[in-house]
Amino acid sequence: MNDMTQNNLERALKIVGTRPPRPDGVDKVTGRALFGSDKSLPNMLVGRVLRSPYAHAKIISIDTSKAEVLNGVKSIVTCADFEDFPSEFVPNGEMIVNLKDITRNIMAREKVLYVGHTVAAVAATSEDIAEKALGLIDIKYEVLPHVLEVEDAEKPDAPVLHEDMMTIGIEPSPKKASNVAKRVEFGFGDVEKGFAEADLIVEREFTTQQVHQGYIEPHACLASVSEDGQADLWCTTQGAFVVRNFCSKLLGLSAAQIKVTASEIGGGFGGKTVVYLEPLALALSRKSGRPVKMEMSRAEVFTSSGPTSGAKVWVKIGVKNDGRIIAGDCVLKYQAGAFQGAPVGPGAMCAFAPYDMVNVRAVGYDIVVNRPKVSAYRAPGGPISEYGVESVLDEIALKLEMDPIEIRLKNAAKEGTIAPYGPKLGPIGMIETLEAAKAHPHYSAPLGPNQGRGIASGFWFNIGGETSSSITINEDGTVGLTLGTTDIGGSRASMAMMASEELGVPMDLIKPVIGDTNSLGFNFLTGGSRATFSTGMTVVRSTREAIEELKKRAALLWEVDLNQVEWVDGHARLIAGDEPKTMSLAQIAKQAGKTGGPIMANCSMNVTGAGPSLGTHIVDVEVDTETGKVSIVRYTAIQDAGKAIHPAYVEGQMQGGAVQGIGWALNEEYIYNDKGELENTGFLDYRIPVCSDVPMIDTVIVEVPNPNHPYGVRGVGETPIIPPLAAISNAVSRATNIRFNELPLSPPKVLAKLMHG
Amino acid sequence: MSKTHVSTCINGDTHEFLCDTQNTLLDVLRHELDLTGSKEGCATGDCGACSVMLDDRLVCACLVLGVEADGKEIETIEGMSSGSELHPIQQKFIDLAALQCGICTPGVLVATKALLTKNKNPSEEEVRFWLAGNLCRCTGYDKIVRAVLEVAADMRNA
Repeated sequence: MNDMTQNNLERALKIVGTRPPRPDGVDKVTGRALFGSDKSLPNMLVGRVLRSPYAHAKIISIDTSKAEVLNGVKSIVTCADFEDFPSEFVPNGEMIVNLKDITRNIMAREKVLYVGHTVAAVAATSEDIAEKALGLIDIKYEVLPHVLEVEDAEKPDAPVLHEDMMTIGIEPSPKKASNVAKRVEFGFGDVEKGFAEADLIVEREFTTQQVHQGYIEPHACLASVSEDGQADLWCTTQGAFVVRNFCSKLLGLSAAQIKVTASEIGGGFGGKTVVYLEPLALALSRKSGRPVKMEMSRAEVFTSSGPTSGAKVWVKIGVKNDGRIIAGDCVLKYQAGAFQGAPVGPGAMCAFAPYDMVNVRAVGYDIVVNRPKVSAYRAPGGPISEYGVESVLDEIALKLEMDPIEIRLKNAAKEGTIAPYGPKLGPIGMIETLEAAKAHPHYSAPLGPNQGRGIASGFWFNIGGETSSSITINEDGTVGLTLGTTDIGGSRASMAMMASEELGVPMDLIKPVIGDTNSLGFNFLTGGSRATFSTGMTVVRSTREAIEELKKRAALLWEVDLNQVEWVDGHARLIAGDEPKTMSLAQIAKQAGKTGGPIMANCSMNVTGAGPSLGTHIVDVEVDTETGKVSIVRYTAIQDAGKAIHPAYVEGQMQGGAVQGIGWALNEEYIYNDKGELENTGFLDYRIPVCSDVPMIDTVIVEVPNPNHPYGVRGVGETPIIPPLAAISNAVSRATNIRFNELPLSPPKVLAKLMHG
Repeated sequence: MSKTHVSTCINGDTHEFLCDTQNTLLDVLRHELDLTGSKEGCATGDCGACSVMLDDRLVCACLVLGVEADGKEIETIEGMSSGSELHPIQQKFIDLAALQCGICTPGVLVATKALLTKNKNPSEEEVRFWLAGNLCRCTGYDKIVRAVLEVAADMRNA
């Protein structure tokens, strides 16, 4: 029996580590690939959403009677069409969600909690009619005071969003409802004692603003529910199975009644891990008996989907004179949006995780405010907390006159380090990425006037989770892979490469497809940097099982014992015998009918053993002292990938994450007016980095293999968004000799500080 | 209100359609003609995912009315390859992994072809400013810019 868990870390590889063209490349460059809003069905209706104009209000009444009689309107749904749920927590990606909240987020019930909160949805024969119908729905509100910032939401007299919200994680349990959903704490040792022993202590407070994932494809779906209750849903999502499960609960359908097919996805970054339009479209379709297509406008994407938390972060670090950290403490207050679930847990866990800590404490608060409910955004929570820690560390390095890489090397976590969140770390690449940064020519290049160089590191756990996939050996010797995790950035290529490496047949004979929810067992979503790691694991194992079957068939044809057959380079080979005898995969496949039927294998598992990925970024900025504009002059991202299956797509993750981080650091922020209305609901005012804003992003892939994966994969997507925030802030601080503790470093904010200190 | 009859040439083929005056060219392409290769990322001309050529001019199809297309020549992503041959720009984007999710790719490719028609030897800066109207959230632009510079060199030497 082939060893299913055997690793290939020492083996010479032929395909893995090369840069072949991706299987879906041609469809994507010709416009053929179908995304969320690219599909239509006969007799289809158009669905539109009525959204709250108020940040916080009681719904007194909803009257849809005028809209219902408008010619062309086929169905209208409100909260009355959805079942209510008691409070129940279920995992979703790196976040925990509550069905009571989800049903209220997709459709407001007693109250609206943010501008843009859904209150009704209409399906009609045309977009115009649907829009007109929205205008005919009469909703009476009682407007309530609202709250947008965590420091206001915490006050005793703050407007309370949820009258039953008692803070979890505080002893004794509070008797009075508040906006603080929970308190979390991680750490060990005695921080007070540590600070008492410190030679130098730096303590700072930081502010970050709410930012959006900014995927270019708005949420979109197409639902069709037949008279017998069978539902077909096509949608842009990071997790078809997760959508199926949410929709089945929200609509009272069984899992078998809903088939979800993930379209090609136009970016997600965590924002397409939850449901918004999908249950509405299903409900509208069920009520009208016709297919319903729904798409969000860009403004709706900003006001009503995504974003991640804005936050207040307090960090205190104490060091000995030699730079050794003796104590680290932080308090994180993250905006959850209208419903609890800010990524403050992972934020607190990551905060000091790049370092080997002696005394450490990280406390986090999940605080509801009248903004859209946050969803995951690339390394959820990590960029915010690590921005604070990495900034303070930079200031300490300056005060000690130490090199910023040296102070990190001195404290770097390594194999055997106890992470601040509990476990003992396996092999990790913190030291290796720092050494690579130090050796990089960028690090010793001269700087010009008004320029500064910043360094920061980042840590992300990576995750495994429930995964299944299958492999079929076709009669003509080609191979099919059915995968259950959305391909968001080239994972079909990586999966085909791993199968090709195992089988020893060329990659172009292997066709990977993303299956719908009826084709495989449950797959958790693409997120947490788990797809290449987890689905890769199942692909390798099912491929090895298929190889076993191929060997059996060859043994049958040769009439020898199975142990007389080995698999080499895409061929079965007879071990004993006078002359070498081989049979190719295609030859065996052709005779499958005679030897027991079609050859296929599958693998289902709850994948464990994810390996954290560490990164260190170097950035040079130039500050225009007249305007406060910060330009990125040079950028280098260094990261431990474990093993880069397809290095070009690993670099792509590093580059894309770095540039999202640049946007977070320099430009991006949700701007609210005093009515709680978002004022920048388009790409013109919510300015993500454009091509002319950034230089080339140089990359160095470090490979410290994850021993738990057959090829050493860790997962790379999350980590690269973490270091840019602090690296850029540190660079600006060093360029100007003024410490900056607030993001974004937009021209007015930088200029104000240059002028007034 | 009655619809307007519009006659255009799209990717070399004659197309006639009826459209409401408020419909954009992008609405018409996507909903009337099923040419869904042009994408809608914003509908306000900020993202460039709907970039098409209108009488040899690079435009956002979401900022052009359908009725304005009357008598005009339009080229969309669907017309970029010829028969079974990819355009060298398309091939280069695949070879250099200059796309991840692919939603911005049609617009970027149309805009790149427009650039290389005007300027056969653009500098990195010229490429960056030309493509500043095409948002990409996945790649950080690095591999896109490299692909454009490399294919420009290939096409000059071809």
